[in-house]
Amino acid sequence: MTGVLAQAAGASATTFDVPANVVFAVTAVAMVAAALRMVTTRNIVHAALWLVVVLGGVGLNYLLLQAEFVAITQFLVYLGAIVVLFLFGIMLTRAPLGVSDDLDNERQRPIGAFVGLGLLAVFAYALLETFGGEELTFAAYENVAEGNTNGRTQVVSDAIFGQYLVPFEMVSVLLLAALIGAIVLARRD
Amino acid sequence: MLLNQFLLLSAVLFAIGVYGVIVRRNGVLVLMSIELILNSVNINFVAFSTYWGASGQVFALFAIAIAAAEVGVGLAIVLLIYRNRRSIDVDELDELKG
Repeated sequence: MTGVLAQAAGASATTFDVPANVVFAVTAVAMVAAALRMVTTRNIVHAALWLVVVLGGVGLNYLLLQAEFVAITQFLVYLGAIVVLFLFGIMLTRAPLGVSDDLDNERQRPIGAFVGLGLLAVFAYALLETFGGEELTFAAYENVAEGNTNGRTQVVSDAIFGQYLVPFEMVSVLLLAALIGAIVLARRD
Repeated sequence: MLLNQFLLLSAVLFAIGVYGVIVRRNGVLVLMSIELILNSVNINFVAFSTYWGASGQVFALFAIAIAAAEVGVGLAIVLLIYRNRRSIDVDELDELKG
Protein backbone atom coordinates (compact mmCIF):
# COMPACT_ATOMS: atom_id res chain seq x y z
CA MET A 1 0.00 0.00 0.00
CA THR A 2 2.73 2.47 1.01
CA GLY A 3 4.67 1.32 -2.03
CA VAL A 4 1.78 2.27 -4.26
CA LEU A 5 1.45 5.63 -2.49
CA ALA A 6 5.17 6.31 -2.78
CA GLN A 7 5.04 5.37 -6.43
CA ALA A 8 2.10 7.72 -6.91
CA ALA A 9 3.96 10.49 -5.07
CA GLY A 10 6.99 9.90 -7.27
CA ALA A 11 4.87 10.10 -10.38
CA SER A 12 3.12 13.18 -9.04
CA ALA A 13 6.18 15.31 -9.80
CA THR A 14 5.27 15.30 -13.47
CA THR A 15 1.64 14.20 -13.76
CA PHE A 16 0.28 14.58 -10.14
CA ASP A 17 -1.73 11.44 -10.63
CA VAL A 18 -3.68 10.90 -7.41
CA PRO A 19 -5.13 14.41 -6.91
CA ALA A 20 -5.85 14.60 -10.63
CA ASN A 21 -7.76 11.33 -10.48
CA VAL A 22 -9.76 12.56 -7.47
CA VAL A 23 -10.64 15.77 -9.30
CA PHE A 24 -11.54 13.76 -12.38
CA ALA A 25 -13.80 11.41 -10.40
CA VAL A 26 -15.64 14.29 -8.71
CA THR A 27 -16.11 16.28 -11.93
CA ALA A 28 -17.08 13.19 -13.94
CA VAL A 29 -19.81 12.19 -11.47
CA ALA A 30 -21.07 15.78 -11.29
CA MET A 31 -21.05 16.15 -15.07
CA VAL A 32 -22.90 12.91 -15.77
CA ALA A 33 -25.49 13.67 -13.08
CA ALA A 34 -25.94 17.23 -14.36
CA ALA A 35 -26.21 16.04 -17.98
CA LEU A 36 -28.86 13.49 -17.00
CA ARG A 37 -30.79 16.17 -15.13
CA MET A 38 -30.42 18.48 -18.12
CA VAL A 39 -32.14 16.06 -20.51
CA THR A 40 -34.83 14.99 -18.03
CA THR A 41 -35.77 18.12 -16.05
CA ARG A 42 -39.21 19.62 -16.63
CA ASN A 43 -38.06 23.18 -15.97
CA ILE A 44 -36.40 24.73 -19.00
CA VAL A 45 -34.40 27.34 -17.06
CA HIS A 46 -33.06 24.61 -14.78
CA ALA A 47 -31.93 22.75 -17.92
CA ALA A 48 -29.82 25.77 -18.92
CA LEU A 49 -28.33 25.94 -15.41
CA TRP A 50 -27.49 22.21 -15.42
CA LEU A 51 -25.79 22.83 -18.77
CA VAL A 52 -23.55 25.35 -16.95
CA VAL A 53 -22.40 22.57 -14.58
CA VAL A 54 -21.58 20.25 -17.48
CA LEU A 55 -19.69 22.93 -19.43
CA GLY A 56 -17.72 23.96 -16.34
CA GLY A 57 -16.82 20.31 -15.71
CA VAL A 58 -15.61 20.00 -19.30
CA GLY A 59 -13.39 23.04 -18.70
CA LEU A 60 -11.94 21.44 -15.57
CA ASN A 61 -11.21 18.31 -17.60
CA TYR A 62 -9.27 20.44 -20.10
CA LEU A 63 -7.21 21.73 -17.16
CA LEU A 64 -6.53 18.13 -16.08
CA LEU A 65 -5.35 17.40 -19.61
CA GLN A 66 -2.99 20.41 -19.32
CA ALA A 67 -4.76 22.31 -22.09
CA GLU A 68 -4.96 25.64 -20.27
CA PHE A 69 -5.78 27.81 -23.27
CA VAL A 70 -8.66 25.59 -24.39
CA ALA A 71 -9.96 25.57 -20.80
CA ILE A 72 -9.98 29.37 -20.58
CA THR A 73 -11.64 29.59 -23.99
CA GLN A 74 -14.24 27.09 -22.80
CA PHE A 75 -15.02 29.17 -19.71
CA LEU A 76 -15.18 32.45 -21.65
CA VAL A 77 -17.07 31.30 -24.73
CA TYR A 78 -19.39 28.67 -23.29
CA LEU A 79 -20.07 29.87 -19.76
CA GLY A 80 -19.80 33.54 -20.66
CA ALA A 81 -21.53 33.73 -24.02
CA ILE A 82 -23.39 30.62 -25.11
CA VAL A 83 -25.28 30.01 -21.85
CA VAL A 84 -26.42 33.66 -21.84
CA LEU A 85 -27.51 33.21 -25.46
CA PHE A 86 -29.55 30.16 -24.42
CA LEU A 87 -31.19 32.09 -21.60
CA PHE A 88 -32.02 34.85 -24.11
CA GLY A 89 -33.54 32.23 -26.40
CA ILE A 90 -35.63 30.83 -23.56
CA MET A 91 -36.92 34.28 -22.61
CA LEU A 92 -37.58 35.43 -26.20
CA THR A 93 -39.60 32.34 -27.10
CA ARG A 94 -41.69 32.87 -23.95
CA ALA A 95 -41.04 29.34 -22.75
CA PRO A 96 -42.97 28.29 -19.65
CA LEU A 97 -40.72 29.43 -16.82
CA GLY A 98 -42.06 27.02 -14.21
CA VAL A 99 -42.50 23.26 -14.38
CA SER A 100 -44.01 22.22 -17.67
CA ASP A 101 -45.07 18.79 -18.89
CA ASP A 102 -44.79 19.22 -22.64
CA LEU A 103 -40.99 19.55 -22.94
CA ASP A 104 -40.59 15.85 -23.72
CA ASN A 105 -42.12 13.63 -26.37
CA GLU A 106 -43.22 10.66 -24.26
CA ARG A 107 -43.59 8.35 -27.25
CA GLN A 108 -39.94 8.81 -28.24
CA ARG A 109 -38.57 8.21 -24.74
CA PRO A 110 -38.00 4.43 -25.26
CA ILE A 111 -36.44 5.08 -28.68
CA GLY A 112 -34.12 7.71 -27.20
CA ALA A 113 -33.11 5.45 -24.31
CA PHE A 114 -32.50 2.56 -26.73
CA VAL A 115 -30.37 4.64 -29.12
CA GLY A 116 -28.44 6.30 -26.28
CA LEU A 117 -27.68 3.07 -24.44
CA GLY A 118 -26.87 1.28 -27.69
CA LEU A 119 -24.42 3.98 -28.72
CA LEU A 120 -22.87 3.94 -25.25
CA ALA A 121 -22.45 0.16 -25.37
CA VAL A 122 -20.79 0.28 -28.79
CA PHE A 123 -18.50 3.17 -27.79
CA ALA A 124 -17.54 1.56 -24.49
CA TYR A 125 -16.76 -1.76 -26.15
CA ALA A 126 -14.69 -0.13 -28.89
CA LEU A 127 -12.78 2.11 -26.47
CA LEU A 128 -12.03 -0.65 -23.96
CA GLU A 129 -10.90 -2.96 -26.76
CA THR A 130 -8.71 -0.32 -28.41
CA PHE A 131 -7.18 1.65 -25.55
CA GLY A 132 -7.47 -0.82 -22.66
CA GLY A 133 -5.39 0.51 -19.76
CA GLU A 134 -3.27 2.96 -21.73
CA GLU A 135 -1.74 5.69 -19.53
CA LEU A 136 -1.76 9.34 -20.49
CA THR A 137 1.91 10.17 -21.11
CA PHE A 138 1.67 13.84 -22.16
CA ALA A 139 4.32 12.84 -24.71
CA ALA A 140 3.41 15.75 -26.93
CA TYR A 141 4.64 18.24 -24.34
CA GLU A 142 8.03 16.69 -23.62
CA ASN A 143 9.88 19.18 -25.78
CA VAL A 144 8.51 22.19 -23.89
CA ALA A 145 11.37 24.05 -22.22
CA GLU A 146 11.83 23.62 -18.46
CA GLY A 147 10.39 26.45 -16.37
CA ASN A 148 8.40 27.78 -19.28
CA THR A 149 4.96 27.79 -17.66
CA ASN A 150 3.16 28.86 -20.82
CA GLY A 151 4.95 26.32 -22.99
CA ARG A 152 1.84 24.38 -23.97
CA THR A 153 -0.05 27.49 -24.94
CA GLN A 154 2.99 28.44 -27.00
CA VAL A 155 2.82 25.10 -28.81
CA VAL A 156 -0.89 25.65 -29.50
CA SER A 157 -0.37 29.18 -30.80
CA ASP A 158 2.49 28.00 -33.01
CA ALA A 159 0.13 25.40 -34.48
CA ILE A 160 -2.75 27.87 -34.99
CA PHE A 161 -0.65 30.57 -36.65
CA GLY A 162 1.58 28.15 -38.56
CA GLN A 163 0.16 24.87 -39.71
CA TYR A 164 -3.50 25.89 -39.31
CA LEU A 165 -3.36 29.52 -40.41
CA VAL A 166 -5.71 29.13 -43.39
CA PRO A 167 -8.39 27.17 -41.44
CA PHE A 168 -8.10 29.82 -38.69
CA GLU A 169 -8.85 32.59 -41.19
CA MET A 170 -11.70 30.49 -42.58
CA VAL A 171 -13.17 30.29 -39.08
CA SER A 172 -13.19 34.09 -38.84
CA VAL A 173 -15.00 34.30 -42.19
CA LEU A 174 -17.45 31.67 -40.95
CA LEU A 175 -18.12 33.65 -37.75
CA LEU A 176 -18.77 36.77 -39.83
CA ALA A 177 -21.16 34.83 -42.07
CA ALA A 178 -22.94 33.41 -39.02
CA LEU A 179 -23.22 36.90 -37.50
CA ILE A 180 -24.77 38.33 -40.67
CA GLY A 181 -26.98 35.27 -41.07
CA ALA A 182 -28.30 35.52 -37.52
CA ILE A 183 -29.09 39.22 -37.99
CA VAL A 184 -30.84 38.59 -41.33
CA LEU A 185 -32.86 35.73 -39.86
CA ALA A 186 -33.91 37.42 -36.63
CA ARG A 187 -34.66 40.98 -37.74
CA ARG A 188 -38.25 42.06 -38.14
CA ASP A 189 -39.37 43.78 -41.29
CA MET B 1 -4.52 9.04 -15.46
CA LEU B 2 -5.76 6.67 -18.09
CA LEU B 3 -6.65 7.80 -21.56
CA ASN B 4 -9.83 5.75 -21.40
CA GLN B 5 -11.35 7.58 -18.43
CA PHE B 6 -11.66 10.73 -20.52
CA LEU B 7 -12.85 8.86 -23.61
CA LEU B 8 -15.50 6.94 -21.64
CA LEU B 9 -16.71 10.13 -19.93
CA SER B 10 -17.10 11.76 -23.32
CA ALA B 11 -18.92 8.67 -24.65
CA VAL B 12 -21.39 8.91 -21.75
CA LEU B 13 -21.97 12.62 -22.39
CA PHE B 14 -22.40 11.93 -26.12
CA ALA B 15 -25.03 9.25 -25.45
CA ILE B 16 -26.91 11.54 -23.04
CA GLY B 17 -26.83 14.31 -25.67
CA VAL B 18 -28.24 11.97 -28.33
CA TYR B 19 -31.00 10.96 -25.92
CA GLY B 20 -31.80 14.65 -25.36
CA VAL B 21 -31.93 15.40 -29.09
CA ILE B 22 -34.34 12.51 -29.67
CA VAL B 23 -36.63 13.00 -26.69
CA ARG B 24 -36.88 16.79 -26.25
CA ARG B 25 -39.60 18.70 -28.09
CA ASN B 26 -38.58 22.27 -27.24
CA GLY B 27 -36.24 23.70 -29.90
CA VAL B 28 -33.96 25.45 -27.38
CA LEU B 29 -33.53 22.23 -25.40
CA VAL B 30 -32.60 20.35 -28.59
CA LEU B 31 -29.88 22.95 -29.25
CA MET B 32 -28.62 22.51 -25.66
CA SER B 33 -28.34 18.75 -26.20
CA ILE B 34 -26.36 19.40 -29.40
CA GLU B 35 -23.96 21.53 -27.32
CA LEU B 36 -23.51 18.54 -25.01
CA ILE B 37 -22.57 16.35 -28.00
CA LEU B 38 -20.09 18.94 -29.35
CA ASN B 39 -18.45 19.25 -25.92
CA SER B 40 -18.03 15.51 -25.60
CA VAL B 41 -16.22 15.49 -28.95
CA ASN B 42 -13.94 18.28 -27.73
CA ILE B 43 -12.91 16.22 -24.69
CA ASN B 44 -11.75 13.51 -27.11
CA PHE B 45 -9.77 16.01 -29.19
CA VAL B 46 -7.97 17.41 -26.15
CA ALA B 47 -7.34 13.96 -24.64
CA PHE B 48 -5.68 12.76 -27.85
CA SER B 49 -3.71 16.00 -28.17
CA THR B 50 -1.62 14.87 -25.18
CA TYR B 51 -0.27 12.12 -27.44
CA TRP B 52 0.06 13.69 -30.84
CA GLY B 53 0.76 17.35 -30.32
CA ALA B 54 -1.22 20.56 -30.37
CA SER B 55 -3.40 19.74 -33.40
CA GLY B 56 -6.09 18.28 -31.17
CA GLN B 57 -6.27 21.44 -29.08
CA VAL B 58 -6.44 23.55 -32.26
CA PHE B 59 -9.34 21.46 -33.53
CA ALA B 60 -11.06 21.79 -30.15
CA LEU B 61 -10.75 25.57 -30.45
CA PHE B 62 -12.18 25.44 -33.98
CA ALA B 63 -15.05 23.29 -32.71
CA ILE B 64 -15.77 25.83 -29.95
CA ALA B 65 -15.82 28.69 -32.48
CA ILE B 66 -18.07 26.78 -34.87
CA ALA B 67 -20.37 25.76 -31.99
CA ALA B 68 -20.75 29.44 -31.11
CA ALA B 69 -21.69 30.24 -34.72
CA GLU B 70 -24.07 27.28 -34.77
CA VAL B 71 -25.84 28.41 -31.61
CA GLY B 72 -26.20 31.94 -32.95
CA VAL B 73 -27.79 30.85 -36.22
CA GLY B 74 -29.76 28.04 -34.53
CA LEU B 75 -31.32 30.37 -31.98
CA ALA B 76 -32.17 32.85 -34.75
CA ILE B 77 -33.96 30.03 -36.62
CA VAL B 78 -35.80 28.95 -33.44
CA LEU B 79 -36.83 32.57 -32.87
CA LEU B 80 -38.14 32.79 -36.43
CA ILE B 81 -40.11 29.55 -35.98
CA TYR B 82 -41.59 30.96 -32.78
CA ARG B 83 -42.54 34.19 -34.53
CA ASN B 84 -44.28 32.33 -37.36
CA ARG B 85 -46.02 29.60 -35.38
CA ARG B 86 -46.21 30.83 -31.75
CA SER B 87 -44.58 27.56 -30.68
CA ILE B 88 -41.10 26.01 -30.85
CA ASP B 89 -42.26 22.41 -30.60
CA VAL B 90 -40.02 20.64 -33.11
CA ASP B 91 -42.48 17.74 -33.41
CA GLU B 92 -45.07 20.08 -34.95
CA LEU B 93 -42.72 20.99 -37.80
CA ASP B 94 -43.82 18.09 -40.01
CA GLU B 95 -44.68 19.78 -43.32
CA LEU B 96 -42.16 17.54 -45.10
CA LYS B 97 -44.24 14.50 -44.16
CA GLY B 98 -46.34 13.38 -47.13
